[in-house]
Amino acid sequence: MLEWLTPEDMKKIVELVAAQSDFVLIDCPAGVEQGFKNAALASQEAIVITTPEISAVRDADRVIGLLNSMNVQPVQLVLNRVRPKMVANQEMLAVDSVTDILALPLLGLVVEDEKVIVSTNRGEPLTLSETGSAAGRAYHNIARRLCGDDVPLIDPSKERKGLRARFLSKIRQVGLF
Amino acid sequence: MALLDFIQRLLGLQKPSAETAKERLQLVLAHDRSDLNPELLDQMRREILEVVQKYVEIDIEEGEVSLATEDRVTALVANLPIRRARVKPLSPAGQPLHDSDPKDSPKQASTEGESGDEPLAFSDPLDSAEALNADEESPATETSADSQPT
Repeated sequence: MLEWLTPEDMKKIVELVAAQSDFVLIDCPAGVEQGFKNAALASQEAIVITTPEISAVRDADRVIGLLNSMNVQPVQLVLNRVRPKMVANQEMLAVDSVTDILALPLLGLVVEDEKVIVSTNRGEPLTLSETGSAAGRAYHNIARRLCGDDVPLIDPSKERKGLRARFLSKIRQVGLF
Repeated sequence: MALLDFIQRLLGLQKPSAETAKERLQLVLAHDRSDLNPELLDQMRREILEVVQKYVEIDIEEGEVSLATEDRVTALVANLPIRRARVKPLSPAGQPLHDSDPKDSPKQASTEGESGDEPLAFSDPLDSAEALNADEESPATETSADSQPT
């Protein structure tokens, strides 16, 4: 699909859109194939989105390496589908671990939210829904940070800990293990 | 988290899976970033061990040459427990070298043997000296060479 589309075409399209917009966001396909090259070569900056899972972080690392070699700067990170409870129980990679390993600044943190699936089913943007949702708020915050607002990042895994996690961390403080 | 896991964690039988994930990820990324194929890495490991063995008796089974990564910089880390220093360092052919020249003392000679284009960082010389004097299962010397960020 779209094999005929070259990076030069992408650059022209982006320039056309950029003439009448503040930001041009290119949704880059996963992987490092031609679609990635088209998107990366037409970009000035990049936002890498990954989930806190080994295979996803590994792929993200490969993409970051390629972006660095293509001189796309700056590159920022969005962590998607974070499960605060699992992170608090140390059953999912911590946010700090991923940012340390990938050596990227964190632009945003989106918690796992069932409403994402419901809203995509309906074709309604989550950011416009009036009921509000955790993921929707996270998208808003990311957009505001991109516009230059200083919105503090809150690690949800540190905010509300489960009973077991609190118990375990208490024991760790005492020094039992 | 299943209750059984929780109890095992509580008793210290099992470490949190997130910690294991981080270690596995760091290992796999160190290899991804260095882009060395396993055969080359294995050959390098063997040659490094051979060079070190010329000067000190090391525990091959315990020895470990691996890649580590931090801040997108990959490092080669060698952890080689020393049994004892050879009184007379062996030449490549297996013959003892002259040990009158201070240059041939084990520590200095091994520095020369391994130095290449890349900077080599050795642990505190005092530590190595202790390792040489101590018995087997003693503290290990650690060498690391930074490679190019990838």
